[in-house]
Amino acid sequence: MTWVGASVPRHEDRRMLLGRGRFTDDMPAAGLLHAAFVRSPLAAAEVRGIDLSAALAAPGTRAAFTAADLGNPVLLAVLERPEFVPTEFPLLAGGQVRHVGEPVAVVVADDPYLAEDAAELVDVDYAAHPAVASLDAAGAADARPVHAGLAGNCLVDLTMFDDGRLDGIFAAAPAVISATVSSGRLAALPLEGRACRAAWDDRDGQVVLHVSTQVPHQVRSAVAQAFHIPERSVRVIAPDVGGGFGLKCVAGREELVLAGLALRLRRPVGWAEDRQENLTASFHGHEQRYAVRAAFGADGRILGLAAQIDCDVGAYSVFPFTCGVEPLMAATELPGIYKVPAYRARGRAIASNKAPTAPYRGVSRPQLVLVMERLMEKAARQLGLDPLAVRRRNMISPGEFPYTGVNGITYDEGSYAESLDLAEKRVAEAGWAAERDRLRALGLRAGIGYSCFSERTAYGTPVMSVRRMRMTPGYDTASVRMDPSGEVIVTTGTCGHGQGHETTFAQIVADRLGVDPGQVRLREGDTDLASYGWGTWGSRSIVIGGGAASRAAEQVAGQLRAVAAHLLETSAADIELAGGAARVRGDERAAVPISELARIVHFQTHRVPEQLRYGLEARSSFDPPGTFSNACHAAAVSIDPGTGEIRLLRYLVVEDCGVVINPMIVDGQVRGGVAQGVAAALLERVRYDTDGQPGSATLMDYLAPTASELCPVDIVHLETPSAHSETGAKGMGEGGTIGAPAAVLNAVNDALADAGVSFDHIPVLPQEVAAALGDTP
Amino acid sequence: MKDLHLIRLRVNGREHELAVESRRTLADMLRHDLGYTGTHLGCEHGICGACTVLVDSVPARACLMFGVQADGSEVATVEGLADGEDLSDLQQSFSDRHGLQCGFCTPGFLMLAEGYLAEDRPGAADAEPTEAEIRELVAANLCRCTGYQGIVEAVLATARARRKRDSP
Repeated sequence: MTWVGASVPRHEDRRMLLGRGRFTDDMPAAGLLHAAFVRSPLAAAEVRGIDLSAALAAPGTRAAFTAADLGNPVLLAVLERPEFVPTEFPLLAGGQVRHVGEPVAVVVADDPYLAEDAAELVDVDYAAHPAVASLDAAGAADARPVHAGLAGNCLVDLTMFDDGRLDGIFAAAPAVISATVSSGRLAALPLEGRACRAAWDDRDGQVVLHVSTQVPHQVRSAVAQAFHIPERSVRVIAPDVGGGFGLKCVAGREELVLAGLALRLRRPVGWAEDRQENLTASFHGHEQRYAVRAAFGADGRILGLAAQIDCDVGAYSVFPFTCGVEPLMAATELPGIYKVPAYRARGRAIASNKAPTAPYRGVSRPQLVLVMERLMEKAARQLGLDPLAVRRRNMISPGEFPYTGVNGITYDEGSYAESLDLAEKRVAEAGWAAERDRLRALGLRAGIGYSCFSERTAYGTPVMSVRRMRMTPGYDTASVRMDPSGEVIVTTGTCGHGQGHETTFAQIVADRLGVDPGQVRLREGDTDLASYGWGTWGSRSIVIGGGAASRAAEQVAGQLRAVAAHLLETSAADIELAGGAARVRGDERAAVPISELARIVHFQTHRVPEQLRYGLEARSSFDPPGTFSNACHAAAVSIDPGTGEIRLLRYLVVEDCGVVINPMIVDGQVRGGVAQGVAAALLERVRYDTDGQPGSATLMDYLAPTASELCPVDIVHLETPSAHSETGAKGMGEGGTIGAPAAVLNAVNDALADAGVSFDHIPVLPQEVAAALGDTP
Repeated sequence: MKDLHLIRLRVNGREHELAVESRRTLADMLRHDLGYTGTHLGCEHGICGACTVLVDSVPARACLMFGVQADGSEVATVEGLADGEDLSDLQQSFSDRHGLQCGFCTPGFLMLAEGYLAEDRPGAADAEPTEAEIRELVAANLCRCTGYQGIVEAVLATARARRKRDSP
């Protein structure tokens, strides 16, 4: 029996359920000062002067700073390639503000109410400039550059592939589909906003930062680089983190400012973001537009694909990923699971006077899956073929793995065809079509949609290095240590924030060491205590961090086997570790409890040979090339023809993430991801007006889904183990979000097909549906 | 000069007396003056429900109430749900059905559900609670991690188990 594969209850749950979770702002606040930020009300302006005097005179104010007062600290994230324009990300804006909500000053007071009072008294003299607040405005001939001298407001312009045969292919193809597919700007919306506590520690000579982050080591680097101090002088601790979804995988300027305040004031300072700040002044994502052309043969086979991909990345490049993350991902991975023989892709990052973008869950994959799945549907319609048959004709098939695509990516073994087959079968068995027909007979519109995709996960250095980031992430490290009582402490550089790492990593390590997962404790999220790594994002943790932990545990297992072999006078190869004991294979009586081995190594180390003495401990690393999960999603919707209201009726996911470590946790990730993807298709959109004023500053304007907008999600697992991971597992944190928009949009279009209406953008809003139906005769 | 009021309230059965500024929210008072940090703030404008507590047995958004308004009240927070170190049936059900991931919104859902489960609704003893009814209840609060399925299942299972337990 192994622990991997079992729905082990989560170690995390108990403290959360008791109200004893420790999120950043839950920590004791005695003696704490509180920061409040003064933020720009304008999208583009010159800052002519800042008068702090009234704020400094306000009750309870201890200090106030402008950018200049702090030495104009900046972050600089760089892609080392000529197609990238580096731009500084000032922690506080100095001469220019580039989006509403940008911080220009910070006030420190005795309590957060007083800090906010004083911040309102700061007098900033702005000279407004015209703003660019959309892709079209940013690209207009007379557009004002967001950064001085930035031609066309273009920060990245990269032609990734350019097959010279494409023009001929399009000229000769039986069918050419052209489409513009777009997706709205989204907020990641973790329920815990960003938060930080910063304090100076005289004993260790460190600024200690408690931050709600996914990437403690990278926040440490950011502080060190912004303030020109060694990394040793900074300790970053992520306590319990209330969701991230990518918003917290980049360095936030406010947490760095707090580090600067602690360095300067030598007093602890706290800040907890409010929801308006979170929605307007943190990070967004996913605002993209794809202009695509695809050539198809009469049999539905795709012959060629050309795409221009524009991403509205907002005002700044985020640290450490840069603003290249969306266009590079999109241009590289657009073909997805389909065998595209000829390909051209140009990806651009376009600056605008809006909040910067960070890698929100899915990063370009929800959009590129939307593009490919719309193309399959459109080709089928134009050619009079079955849309699922067109997908089957084009997808990488069993027997073709590993498959290297036109984009140079090698796809490891997956179950693309099997997952579609199974989804179609389940949909038929569950009577979805009959339900659709019944609803249609009642006068409603109803439709069923599919999406097929794979999800590249666990991007190691071999993959990330292609992007040429100055800070190239990818690998992770782990240490495993057994204490004298036989309990195990694991550290990794990953940083869970809801994924259940304390449980799943314990399962992996417990199997290697033959102990119970309850005896394994994971320490993450502390740059002084945990091993070095790149945090948690990109569906990397269980493969990379878990792989490193597995390797380190295997080394400790080897140490335990050697000690046991010495005590039992046998060979280490004959020892197995299971059920809390080291046993000699085939001899029921010869066994030593693992806790006894740990006791002897520590307390009577003279009883074992020199090379086995002084501890049970190992460190390891893992740096894989990446591995592809895959899934097929199916959605059923109904539409009220009068109001255009779209209701999600049924949802099915057939997914394959290789070896499942904990089925309960995998299902939870899928369901949460689907909720975000459905919301991206039907509800959520960060709006700005043409002056760059945000229109989604509250949760009354930004519509996150409640339980009423969602339905139960049925999940079926396939299991194609990865050859590129230690456990056979593949990452799967983003697939739900990646597959859902296309499945939902296809279902909506299926419901509207007989009216001759279809949409190629998300979110599709009720008023758009009602208007389109109203316009049809 | 601060506008202070001396108030008295009970939180999870324990008496507290404190001076509180009139503008201080109940949530900030509970969290930072009295140390009940299990109550979380997710939006501070009454939408997300992470700060839901029971005020005199009724679910309330602690971000939309001032602390002074709780003068003389009995407030219940997530810290009071468990029986000592033993999880309540509702808490255990959340864990069994994976009704939480990051855990930040969880206290609000627990208090929302506890208020509903403890409510003496007309006809509640006769009718088996339905998935639709619980889904509508759960729609009062926001969770960004779970897609709500585990939360709905956890509350529904607890409602059914308590009804069975309490039926003669």
